[in-house]
Amino acid sequence: MTDAQTAAPTADAAVRAAEALPPRRNRVLAKLLANRMALIGGGIVLTFVLLAVFAPLIAPYDPIKTNFLAIRRPPSELYWLGTDELGRDILSRLLHGARASLAAGVFSVFISVAIGVPVGLIAGWAGGWVDAIISRITDALLACPFLILAIAFAAVLGPSLTNAMIAIGLSAVPIFVRLARGQVIAVRNEDFVEGARAVGLPGPVILARHVAPNVLPPILVQATLTIAEAIIAEASLSFLGLGQQPPSPSWGSMLNAAKNFLDQAPWMSLFPGIAICLVVLGFNLLGDGLRDALDPKEN
Amino acid sequence: MWTLIARRVLIAIPTVILVSMFVFGLQHALPGDPILVIAGEERDPEAIERLKEIYRLNDPVPVQYVAWVGQALQGDFGRSMRTGEPVSKLIVQKLPVTIQLAVASMIFALAIGLPAGILAAVRKGTAVDYAASAVALSGLSIPNFWLGIMMILFISVELRLLPASGYVPFFEDPVGAIETLIMPAFVLGGGLAATIMRHTRSAMLEVLRADYIRTARAKGLDERVVINKHALANALVPVITLSTLLFGQLLAGAVLTEQVFTIPGFGKLIVDAVFNRDYGVVQGVVLCTAIGFIFMNLLADVLYIVVTPRLRTG
Repeated sequence: MTDAQTAAPTADAAVRAAEALPPRRNRVLAKLLANRMALIGGGIVLTFVLLAVFAPLIAPYDPIKTNFLAIRRPPSELYWLGTDELGRDILSRLLHGARASLAAGVFSVFISVAIGVPVGLIAGWAGGWVDAIISRITDALLACPFLILAIAFAAVLGPSLTNAMIAIGLSAVPIFVRLARGQVIAVRNEDFVEGARAVGLPGPVILARHVAPNVLPPILVQATLTIAEAIIAEASLSFLGLGQQPPSPSWGSMLNAAKNFLDQAPWMSLFPGIAICLVVLGFNLLGDGLRDALDPKEN
Repeated sequence: MWTLIARRVLIAIPTVILVSMFVFGLQHALPGDPILVIAGEERDPEAIERLKEIYRLNDPVPVQYVAWVGQALQGDFGRSMRTGEPVSKLIVQKLPVTIQLAVASMIFALAIGLPAGILAAVRKGTAVDYAASAVALSGLSIPNFWLGIMMILFISVELRLLPASGYVPFFEDPVGAIETLIMPAFVLGGGLAATIMRHTRSAMLEVLRADYIRTARAKGLDERVVINKHALANALVPVITLSTLLFGQLLAGAVLTEQVFTIPGFGKLIVDAVFNRDYGVVQGVVLCTAIGFIFMNLLADVLYIVVTPRLRTG
């Protein structure tokens, strides 16, 4: 046999193998679906999203209307999870409270990503004094502990759910600035960026079309995990009285009221906490799964 | 090594300046006019003018800032607008309370996190490893203030084993102090234990793959010696850095724990101040926490340089 004859089938096989290989996005999805923990996490998150969306339809009672004939009733057939100190059904308040928690988690992370990622991209890409200034400001913000910063912001903006979201979002901005900056610096000198520069593409185009997509996976992972933190942060602020204001339900403010009735109505503090744990666990599992699926080393 | 440390210290200086500007600016955006609160019902214009004079509110903002920094450098963080007490006095009063809680939590977190992490790494892929990882993940998912409420519910209210709240200085009554500290320290240290466990595990796994570990085993050393002496010493380097960083976070996490267990510390000070719109106190507390945090970060980096031979000699 000649060399050409032996070489041909191998090259052919390589092409066929490459064609059989699914595109990267599908591979990531397949890996994610094969990860049982990530699936459980995704399932939990999806369930809570559905419960929150359809809360007005599912909730058996009005979450705000007080009923002085049914104050602090233990769980029963009538009130599955019991009632609170004003006779409001805890299950209904939990379902409506899911809206506050999920909205807080998603919107605050949206704020941090929307501000942090562009700033980080610019810092990493520009380098020099731009980077120096942005990095020092980021360091200064990171120097204030997350919750203290959120409390300070919430204090300035005034206590409300929206302001709590803004406070949490702003406090988490430096995390994304740092992450995006680090990623850009890692990618900046790669061959494909050099190539884009060599063919004369302008900086912003290279940044948006060639750098940004490579920076995205770790940011997606961080965003998922930060949603979990933001949900805890919102519950914490509401627990301190700096988030969702009464009578609107939120898991944190429910716990705030509940801690005064530990003796008489322990069920008041049990269920909101379980709800927070489940949602946070869901996002954590999903985030860990995404990290494993997107890890280029393992692909 | 000294150049590296000096450079790291120099970088911290602009950070401190920025933080001070930030804290100063933030407080000036606070809603509600605190002067009107102090002036009381009558709102006597003369009294208001005098108060503005005392608190320097008539000066241009940059002048106020410079004056404020000058005083802060001399340990004067202004006065509480409620009680008129110096903020520095309040901080000195409350700080030991929070430090006692933070130290207890750290001891607790290390006592659980380190052995669990080492064990999980050594027994990688076994039930021990999975159990430790599962406990750690739930530790990260349970909001610590809720854990605190649940502990009060079961241990204090139901079983009546430990006091639900309060603060006892350790050096006055060690037994009473430990009794009041067990639950808050568990609550505050639990999340940290999870983080420490995860990092110890991955640091150990990294080290166990190293050549010198294979050499140590090949020499026929006892596995226990290999783990305790050769692997652990190296795996601990990142964990030391992490623990120092986490200690700064403890001070912040204490806010909620102190609220749940009604401990009269730093966290309670800031939350009360926010609700009272007490300018001076919020400013002082945030600034102190931030500087303490920057200092811990600095310490973590310096420690890292000191314990890493490559950086120590280079």
